[in-house]
Amino acid sequence: MRALVVDDSRAMRLILKQILRELQFEVFEAAHGLEALERLKQTGCVDLALVDWNMPEMKGIDLVTEVRKLSDYSAMKIMMVTTETEMEQVQRALSAGADEYVMKPFTKDVILEKLGVLGLSAP
Amino acid sequence: MRERSAIVLDAGKEYLAESRLAPVARGLGLSTLGELVSRLRSEPRGSLSSRVVEAMTTNETSFFRDLNPFDALRTTILPQLIQARAKERTLNLWCAASSSGQEPYTIAMVLREHFPQLLEWRVRFIATDISTEMLRRCREGIYSQLEINRGLPARYLVKYFEKRGTEWQIHKPLRDMVEFVELNLAGHWPALPQCDVVFIRNVLIYFNLETKRDIVGRVRKLLRPDGCMFLGGAETTLNVDEGFRREAADKTFVYRLAR
Ligand SMILES: C[S@@+](CC[C@H](N)C(=O)[O-])C[C@H]1O[C@@H](n2cnc3c(N)ncnc32)[C@H](O)[C@@H]1O
Repeated sequence: MRALVVDDSRAMRLILKQILRELQFEVFEAAHGLEALERLKQTGCVDLALVDWNMPEMKGIDLVTEVRKLSDYSAMKIMMVTTETEMEQVQRALSAGADEYVMKPFTKDVILEKLGVLGLSAP
Repeated sequence: MRERSAIVLDAGKEYLAESRLAPVARGLGLSTLGELVSRLRSEPRGSLSSRVVEAMTTNETSFFRDLNPFDALRTTILPQLIQARAKERTLNLWCAASSSGQEPYTIAMVLREHFPQLLEWRVRFIATDISTEMLRRCREGIYSQLEINRGLPARYLVKYFEKRGTEWQIHKPLRDMVEFVELNLAGHWPALPQCDVVFIRNVLIYFNLETKRDIVGRVRKLLRPDGCMFLGGAETTLNVDEGFRREAADKTFVYRLAR
């Protein structure tokens, strides 16, 4: 399976990349929403996108909204991974088309269990 | 402790040992932690010490833990039971060892989300634990950010929780679905109804074979003939109680009365 990690923090991308690699994902990276859209044009639809909320150029929530307009990526599961923790934001992400939501800080188990919820791996 | 598990207890963490080990001591019929410690000293490598380690390391639970049992409940077990009980419209569920409440509330969410018709039924849902502190947490239904991060689908968070400061509380209608009762599985049980579904997961690991046998045997007598029991992933009735048979349900197994 293939995943795209979108976060402006290099350290955060590295942590997520490591967790996903252990699960045999092939991992691509982008530092913000616009770069993610560019990357997706090259890779085509991936199975999973982990998306931060607050990033320069294009925020995660806007990326989700954009991507969900494109039928090419409808099979892609999107999980927000963010420090935003208000109920309104979780609701907003879900209505924009995100499938799951993880609040930072998280542990490896959190990611594994959420992938289980998304049907992407055994929890 | 350190020898067996690499867990080191700092000074000031005694309360932790006490709250975790009291259930083990009581489960063995010992009245004080002191007695437990002297037993432990006399057999430092025995099965008792692994139970102590287990107890020290796990009050562990999470929403939708292992996922498959709750899928099986939704896709297989409850549809069958609802059909079988269509006339009497009663259903009794018991969640033994509910810990801080994630397991009973997961079941409550599955019931509300997928079987709204049960609102018209007489559903009794009892959740029990030996720990007073855990039962307090169950009744309160308040979870930290880390706890709601674990296994809880975001759409359930949005639908069934309210934010309180930095924590999250499960809605009152869901809290009201569950009766929380203190119960020591290894001791005398208060009156319980005949049950259709029993969740008794990740707690039999605390007990020796004899106690396991006693507990599983008592659950067997409590189950209705077409009821079923869920155990933890590492637990089984095999070589414990031959009155049960294991049956595939969705992607997991449940235990039913052997005929
Ligand atoms: C590892 S947790 C399991 C929680 C939940 N069933 C699950 O699978 O996620 C074990 C729980 O068993 C409880 N427990 C331990 N000894 C018990 C006993 N003798 N009777 C009832 N509950 C007990 C503990 O208080 C703890 O909450």
